[in-house]
Amino acid sequence: MMELSLSVNSETVVAKVEPRTTLADFLREKQRLTGIHLGCEHGVCGACTILVDGEPARSCIIYAVSCDGADIQTIEGSNSDPVITALQEAFTAHHGLQCGYCTPAMLFTARDIVTRLPEADAERVRLELAGNICRCTGYAGIVRAIMAVLEDRRATLE
Amino acid sequence: MKSPKLTYVRTRSVAQTLELLSKHGDGANILAGGQSLMPTLNMRLSKPDLLIDINQLDELSGITVEGDMVRIGALSRHAAVLGSQIVAERLPMIAEAMPHVAHVAVRNRGTIGGSIALADPAAELPACVVALDATITVESVRGQRNIAAADFFKGLFETERQPDELLTEIRIPCQKPGTVHAFMELSRRQGDFAIAGVACAADIDGEIVTDAKLVYFASEDRPTLALNAAAAIVGRPWSEQSRSSAMAALSDDLDPMDNLQGSSAFKLHLQRVLSGRVLDQAIDRARAQ
Repeated sequence: MMELSLSVNSETVVAKVEPRTTLADFLREKQRLTGIHLGCEHGVCGACTILVDGEPARSCIIYAVSCDGADIQTIEGSNSDPVITALQEAFTAHHGLQCGYCTPAMLFTARDIVTRLPEADAERVRLELAGNICRCTGYAGIVRAIMAVLEDRRATLE
Repeated sequence: MKSPKLTYVRTRSVAQTLELLSKHGDGANILAGGQSLMPTLNMRLSKPDLLIDINQLDELSGITVEGDMVRIGALSRHAAVLGSQIVAERLPMIAEAMPHVAHVAVRNRGTIGGSIALADPAAELPACVVALDATITVESVRGQRNIAAADFFKGLFETERQPDELLTEIRIPCQKPGTVHAFMELSRRQGDFAIAGVACAADIDGEIVTDAKLVYFASEDRPTLALNAAAAIVGRPWSEQSRSSAMAALSDDLDPMDNLQGSSAFKLHLQRVLSGRVLDQAIDRARAQ
């Protein structure tokens, strides 16, 4: 077991973990942050995407021990994140979720798109979303929701 | 889908890393971004005795210009390479290839050194470094070696790097005036493993192709320089006839492996199609220069 200290949703967490424990398993099973969803556990489906040091990362292919000192944000800690809350409203308005399994991770990828690519069009949004799989195949609503937030943000800037 | 039990060390210096590699050799795996290694561990396809985490070694990252070369530290993340102004201006092939390297969440963690050391035959960066005549530096307690990219890739996930060596940096010559770069890849979905792909560095004088390096990936066991296809087009203006000659000659350069992505014949067909497209692109860029 190795000692680990990191910030999870703005709170300091100190814990002992086995080196083989993934960040996703540590956060789900020890911190009860079950908004992180596990689909494939080898970095393909994107369902476990969270923010590590402010950037989207796959928590199923990162070891918890290698995140000593990191700043983690999961969906449970995103109520005060204005981009996430705007996206959540847009996902609701534009039917951006069906079963909801991919949704928390979709929101983090969407957050990355609207902050990193403020000029993105729908085609670019689809390209950027390629790393997150929705097996309900509800992409049309997801793309509309992200475009709505992008357009709102562009209108606000004008 | 959980890693086997493993012993983990986070190293504090290159010297400490090299000592551990010297002691454990084949039994140790370097953990850089882990974006390919961890899936193989989760699927129990590998079981290292020791995992050596080098993520704290800041001296191994960074992108700098040194004379007519760009030096990229092995631990530089794909996202950093993609966002680098130096790379965009001096290594346009790498800049063009980078968006094909997985997805943003993976690019935020994965490293250029990891991709090159792994030598996945479907990976973009090994093909680029061969096409660009890069030099790959490895270090061990025995000393440092600089290996030409063309000699580095030995086969399926096999490289010239010895088990006690750490890949520390890549030096890539800057694009020269008169040389054009182009990169193309086919995959089922953006960021997925390539089905076929080519990295092209061509010298074009007027309409005449005076030199062409065409390096194909995702079809052979390693990035493969197509000498016959290049010979079919060099010294001539690019034309429909050149296109047909290059496509015909490509079967002397490539013998694609069958895999889940497609049959050998299908992949050869795609590589031929890409050959024409990538040279069209190169010619267009040369005209625009």
